[in-house]
Amino acid sequence: MSTGSNRPLSPHLFIYRLIYRPQITSFLSLIHRFTGVALVGGALVLAYWVVAAAYGPEAFDTAQWLLGSWIGILALLAFTFSAFYHLANGIRHMLWDIGFGLDMPTLELTGWIVVLFACVGTFFTWAFAMYLY
Amino acid sequence: MSATSKDFKTPNAIVRGKGPLREGLHHWWAQRLTSIALVPLTLWMVVSALYLTGADWNAYQAWVSEFGNLLMLILFFVAGFYHMALGLQVIVEDYVHSEAWKFFLIITIKFGSLMLGVACIIAALSVAFGG
Repeated sequence: MSTGSNRPLSPHLFIYRLIYRPQITSFLSLIHRFTGVALVGGALVLAYWVVAAAYGPEAFDTAQWLLGSWIGILALLAFTFSAFYHLANGIRHMLWDIGFGLDMPTLELTGWIVVLFACVGTFFTWAFAMYLY
Repeated sequence: MSATSKDFKTPNAIVRGKGPLREGLHHWWAQRLTSIALVPLTLWMVVSALYLTGADWNAYQAWVSEFGNLLMLILFFVAGFYHMALGLQVIVEDYVHSEAWKFFLIITIKFGSLMLGVACIIAALSVAFGG
């Protein structure tokens, strides 16, 4: 911007509104995109798993073993949280599409509901998984 | 503009897809439709993953051979990979400003998602029917 002004410019506006003073709207929106990308990884792992099964019992057992390793468990945990978060926030997005909840108080409320849903969903899914297995 | 011109398209049909919005509206709708489908499909997927925890190949084979499971699985792949492609496309459009890179990346995303989706569907079918 070459208007000749000598006023100092902030390095990046994001820094002041996202990190020093995080807003629930922009932050959750970022997490929505972030979990979306994380779920791409989840899709790739799912594809690997399903195709491994098609290659037969040995390949499938290897896939199951990999998923059961501590790296696999960590990844699955991340994918679980991403799935629940992205699902809940996706519904929130679609509510906005029909015009619901666009005022600040409702945004905060639904935002917290999304985060709560993601945490509770992840917790119970994994508690159940450990109980079963 | 009238039926006597060489072009039999209506004015709307002539301009559709040519302005800056291109397929934007279609993209928006497809994103919403796949999202709606993915709500029950994802929840089903989570429950199924729980069921298949620690399963061996025979258990998986028995599970995927059931019509209901196979159907839901394939629908999940279709909706999921389509949704994924649309979402990734939006990310590229947001952050990539070189027209050449956009072109390359978006085509890669579309082809890649299609290939992965078809691969998953074939893999599921082959275990369900191949035994």
